[in-house]
Amino acid sequence: MSSNKKYWKSVEELNENSSIVEALKQNEFVEEIPTDEFLGDKSTLEASSTTRRDFLKYVGFSTAAASLAACEGPVIKSIPYVVQPEEIIPGVANYYATTIADGFDFASVLVKTREGRPIKIENNTMATTKGGANARVNASVLGLYDSLRVQGPKKDGKSISWSTFDLETNQKLTDLMNAGKEIVLLTQTFASPSTSKLISNFKEKYGNVRHVVYDAVSESAALDAYQAKYGERALANYDFSKASTIVSVGADFLGDWQGGGFDSGYAKGRVPQEGKMSRHIQIEANMSLTGANADKRVPATPSQQKLALAKLYSYVVGGSVSGDLPKQIDDAVRKAASQLKEAGSNGVVVTGIQDVNAQTVALEINAYLSSKVFDKSAPIKTRQGNDADVATLVADMKAGKVGAIIMSGVNPLYTLPNANDFAEGLKKTELSIAFSMKADETASATQYIAAAPHYLESWGDVELKKGHYGLTQPTIRPLFDTRQFQDALLKWTGNDMSYHDFIKDNWNTGILGGNSFNKALHDGIYVGAMPTLENTPETTETNTSEAVASSGDAARALASSAKSEGLELTLYTKVGMGDGQQANNPWLQEFPDPLTRVSWDNYLTVSTADAKQLNLKNWHVANGGLNGSYANVTVNGVTIKNVPVIIQPGQANGSVGLSLGYGRTAGLKDEMKTGVNAYALYQNFNTVQNVSVTAASGEHEFACVQLQNTLMGRGDIIKETTLEIFNTKDKDYWNAIPVVSLNHVETPVTSPDVDLWDEFDRSIGHHFNLSIDLNACTGCGACVIACHAENNVPVVGKSEIRRSRDMHWLRIDRYYSSEDTFEGDDTKKENFSGLFGDNGSLGGFNEMESPADNPQVAFQPVMCQHCNHAPCETVCPVAATSHGRQGQNHMAYNRCVGTRYCANNCPYKVRRFNWFLYSENDEFDYHMNDDLGRMVLNPDVVVRSRGVMEKCSMCIQKTQKTILDAKRDGREIKDGEFQTACSSACSNGAMTFGDINDKESKVAKLKEDNRMYHLLESVGTKPNVMYQTKVRNTTEA
Amino acid sequence: MKKSYQSLEDNSTNNMKQVIHRKLTSKILYLGFIILLTLSTSLHAQEGDPIKGKALFNTNCAACHKLDKKMTGPALRNIEQRLADEQGLDRAWLTDWIHNSAGMVKAGDAYAVKIFNEYNGTAMTAFPQLSDQDISDILAYTAEEAAPAETGTATVGGVNPNPSTDTTSNKLILGALALLFGLLAMALVLVRRTLNRFAEAKGVEVASQKGVPIWKAFVQNQFLVLVTAIFFLLASGYFVYGYFMQVGVDQGYMPVQPIHYSHKIHAGDNGIDCKYCHSSARVSKTSGIPSLNVCMNCHKSITEVAESTATEEFSKEFYDGEIQKLYAAAGWNDAEQKYSGTPQPVKWVRIHNLPDFAYFNHSQHVTVGGIECQTCHGPVEEMEVMYQFSSLTMGWCINCHRETNVKVEDNAYYTKIHEQLSKKYGVDKLTVAQMGGLECGKCHY
Repeated sequence: MSSNKKYWKSVEELNENSSIVEALKQNEFVEEIPTDEFLGDKSTLEASSTTRRDFLKYVGFSTAAASLAACEGPVIKSIPYVVQPEEIIPGVANYYATTIADGFDFASVLVKTREGRPIKIENNTMATTKGGANARVNASVLGLYDSLRVQGPKKDGKSISWSTFDLETNQKLTDLMNAGKEIVLLTQTFASPSTSKLISNFKEKYGNVRHVVYDAVSESAALDAYQAKYGERALANYDFSKASTIVSVGADFLGDWQGGGFDSGYAKGRVPQEGKMSRHIQIEANMSLTGANADKRVPATPSQQKLALAKLYSYVVGGSVSGDLPKQIDDAVRKAASQLKEAGSNGVVVTGIQDVNAQTVALEINAYLSSKVFDKSAPIKTRQGNDADVATLVADMKAGKVGAIIMSGVNPLYTLPNANDFAEGLKKTELSIAFSMKADETASATQYIAAAPHYLESWGDVELKKGHYGLTQPTIRPLFDTRQFQDALLKWTGNDMSYHDFIKDNWNTGILGGNSFNKALHDGIYVGAMPTLENTPETTETNTSEAVASSGDAARALASSAKSEGLELTLYTKVGMGDGQQANNPWLQEFPDPLTRVSWDNYLTVSTADAKQLNLKNWHVANGGLNGSYANVTVNGVTIKNVPVIIQPGQANGSVGLSLGYGRTAGLKDEMKTGVNAYALYQNFNTVQNVSVTAASGEHEFACVQLQNTLMGRGDIIKETTLEIFNTKDKDYWNAIPVVSLNHVETPVTSPDVDLWDEFDRSIGHHFNLSIDLNACTGCGACVIACHAENNVPVVGKSEIRRSRDMHWLRIDRYYSSEDTFEGDDTKKENFSGLFGDNGSLGGFNEMESPADNPQVAFQPVMCQHCNHAPCETVCPVAATSHGRQGQNHMAYNRCVGTRYCANNCPYKVRRFNWFLYSENDEFDYHMNDDLGRMVLNPDVVVRSRGVMEKCSMCIQKTQKTILDAKRDGREIKDGEFQTACSSACSNGAMTFGDINDKESKVAKLKEDNRMYHLLESVGTKPNVMYQTKVRNTTEA
Repeated sequence: MKKSYQSLEDNSTNNMKQVIHRKLTSKILYLGFIILLTLSTSLHAQEGDPIKGKALFNTNCAACHKLDKKMTGPALRNIEQRLADEQGLDRAWLTDWIHNSAGMVKAGDAYAVKIFNEYNGTAMTAFPQLSDQDISDILAYTAEEAAPAETGTATVGGVNPNPSTDTTSNKLILGALALLFGLLAMALVLVRRTLNRFAEAKGVEVASQKGVPIWKAFVQNQFLVLVTAIFFLLASGYFVYGYFMQVGVDQGYMPVQPIHYSHKIHAGDNGIDCKYCHSSARVSKTSGIPSLNVCMNCHKSITEVAESTATEEFSKEFYDGEIQKLYAAAGWNDAEQKYSGTPQPVKWVRIHNLPDFAYFNHSQHVTVGGIECQTCHGPVEEMEVMYQFSSLTMGWCINCHRETNVKVEDNAYYTKIHEQLSKKYGVDKLTVAQMGGLECGKCHY
């Protein structure tokens, strides 16, 4: 009897026309096995006089010799200081307050230095401005140790000395001044009072000088609108903690909208207190971090957003606006309007539409509501770029009108859509200088590269908000022969002062008003009593008033401009990459995007419906990787070919998204040259473009760390409820403890009767717990990078990530609902009956694997849960992982033999295996492979070797240090002293760490909170990490 | 400096105290000798008391002045005589100078200004507290002739019996014993031969057993072979295990250092507290190798060792040469009393090396635990050349953690946990192990 059985060899066989299957039929191995290459030349092989026996002898001898030689210990040299600086004690960390101001990220930070090396960025808790350090700021310390930094001034690619540089540039500038040619300073936004003063000095000396401020990602429209309304070129400042209703039309304010930094205020208002929390309605095209956190998210294309904003204006303020919206959007806008009206001065509207009218309308609505959220007294100063000026400059350069161009902190050849025009213009200038840390696209095209220091090596001052200042101070002596732009300005203006003295002078005379400079420097921040006069940003006369008519007109103008043809593209910046200046930072490249969970790439996000229409696909392959189609993207005749496509749930139909910041080509390692450069499509500095997308051939291999997108109705993983239920029902209703059957009686799993293990008494000493509030967590990922930096977590590269060998100790899982809500998922699962049919679980679960078109989103940071009854500990054959009395699950790397049994037995999948040696290995050419990059390593945490398991240690090095400090001082430990890297990085207050044996501590109270639950509580692992149930405010007016 | 050594005496161990006492005796003898000399040979009989003067000199002047060598200030031997002879300045001028030199410079006294400028504008500290009697005491001391060098050595030799005699006598005894045993064995052989000869002469046949050779008997006895084989296996196993267990254990590691630094002289003879140089042991995880500026705190004025410091193995010249190495490294020009050279950091050879995966914190043990440095580092104050005293293996750490009680007294951090834990374990004093000091994660992260 012949058998009809078919044996499957791989998943590939499911594909009918798979080339791999065909190849396998012909040949056992898909690829030719390189035996010849391995064995070398056949003739020499045969002519060799070495017999097999000789060969074995040699092998045996050399192995024995090698192992004998290995027994000899190395001689280790130790070199002490000749004169030890007073403030440095080897082994003790020093902290310095400073401010990052790289033109895109502005934040007050604390820098941890060890033996004079900055190794970590932390939040400056004294800072009154902005939120905390985001993922990029946390990662910025690695930029200091970038091996590709320019190490000294260069002329036409050859190294020169600074004295030569001074001599030549001074001469040239003087010549140009005498010839009456124009000198242009093209800079990032410095927001620096002292730099502004320096530039005006420079203008005074050289006369024909133009200063153009250029933000790679422009906020010009918002600046213009604010200027027209409030007379100051700045950005509106919002404190979302005061909001009860937030309506955002296309503003990713938890991301990088208008400089970002609004998340900590937002998170404060999101934690239900006394039955109240803010309600957040988001109308947007791309699925953004903000949209993912919203209570109600309405997908709308950019043109629909414009109309929606105009309608919102008419519903709130009055007046009529023509134009039709799809019914569900219109409904949503109506409801939003009535909620706004109800909220009154606690309501706020923000918009991310790059249009002066749209920005004006938002300001008008807030003014109408007299919103308390909007802080008029301290507008944000961290974006000052002017699109019109930049456009004029490029035109002038092309026309040969510019004599000299001096650039600092900008990379226009990469970030300008018309980079070719700029390149052409650059060639026509007689002198071009770029202050840059890298030989990037622009710097390598200029005559002189003036090697610039990293911000951790520089002096500086920043006016973050009006009247709120930050100081930048060096935390290390410059690693290379660098000079900052401001020092060069001082030289050019014939001033012998150092920039430090200049700042000090400027502050003492203008800003401090008699207060101590040293105190301001120590704090890193200074809040002035009154704004200074000389510090008005240099605005050039742009006629914005024309564009901004009276308020009702703005809304009407906005509505009439809302036209669309075909697909609309929204360009955005990713939390991990920003504007792309840190593209050579392996931490950021490997940082998975909070929403797509894809690292090492940018991609076109397409809605499910559009993808079907355009024949674009995503699929999983046998090795666990995600593959996707390519698309060609064309805007106004500019085409980017082969853009990888991700099908993004929640993407508005008729819209696509693409992130800026990728596709760099110069000044970075080959591994970091990822993605495509979307700046080519950023025409007229507008993030919204009409676009045509066509499918292209080939398939892209993504490095995606999460392929399972939905919770499959397992509501106990992320528990959530609505504000209404939370306020009205019992805890048992919305946060029930799972029960198991004991003698046919339902018993809660927390009961000792149903436990496998005897409980250990943990009431003595410290018992550490970490609480994660799912309401306050926005998924921003600052904790992920902080953990990287603190714990020497290696970077493994794209192909390893694709193999699911990522090493992140802390991941932020993102789940989409498969029905419209997660609750719908749960109900659907509950209603399954039988395997087949309409309610069958077979088909049902299949459906639940794919997310809804506009799903609810939930974020959940997951690290080692430090289970009191840890499944990993019981299975380790060598007892390499064990439990401490203080609640931490210890991992003794030197004891681990790498069986990986623990990882298999871990229900949370948080253990990470070192498949390779990631440090000092040329195969992994990231920061741990060069001496410079290794300077960022934390000396208190060991660098793990190949073949051992690692995982979150609950920052035991930090808890131990806190304990030791207290012991040395002979005092008890106060609440809040214990911190992990993630909890101290979280400026949103989502992570609270502490000792639950201290009954007064915050974390002990959180443990007793009604919202508290443990992940997979039913397993009975008794974790020391707890979560606070997510509450959604679904109350509609 | 001397003064601070004395005050540190309280902290040092008994051992160190003894060393100091020994030194004190020698000092007393030395002083006695000087008194004798002064009494017999003093030509300038003065009202000053040179013994008191020496004490005063050491307390007040020695930081900047030496008798025969220029330092921060000029050499002071016969200063009064020289001033009178060369400058025509009298005791009154000198007293004024000592009481307030800066005032004199300001007032424009010609010689005062000259001296002030000669020494790079360094003003001499004013000593208004010194009475006229004190000054004459000091001057009496400075007026003494330089003591002949060999006296010191002789005195020290008398007090310190050469330790090498011990070893010599041991060798002698051993040699004598060996000789004795040799003679005895020879005598036995001779006796036996004589007896045999007697027997032969008497006609008695001495039965010489011609049985199976012993090795054949051994081979034939299966049991014995088995037992021996097992014995050899076990023995080799023991030694192989022992060999492998000492791989990477560098107990006794005693590398040659770029500068011959003697802990014996510093910590032992002079009783300098360990933490004077290794100050970061108090607050940091590392004890810290002192930077050269710490060395120069003292060695600015200590340019050579005393004759008494030299041993048979290391001469005074050798030690002085090592101090010169320090000067070269620190860039110190001793003649001009300033830093003029290029500093050359010293590449010490690290002796105590813990593997990266073991976290050790000095301050935990030194400050919190109050552990003596010697507990782990051994009798450093006796080490002419530093070596690794302990094995630094994990077993060694663990043992100590099992046996040592936590020092909880007067430490508010421990109050609660000690109360609870001691109740739990039913003990008065908790060991480190009971406190959780055996948990993997306490040292490995």
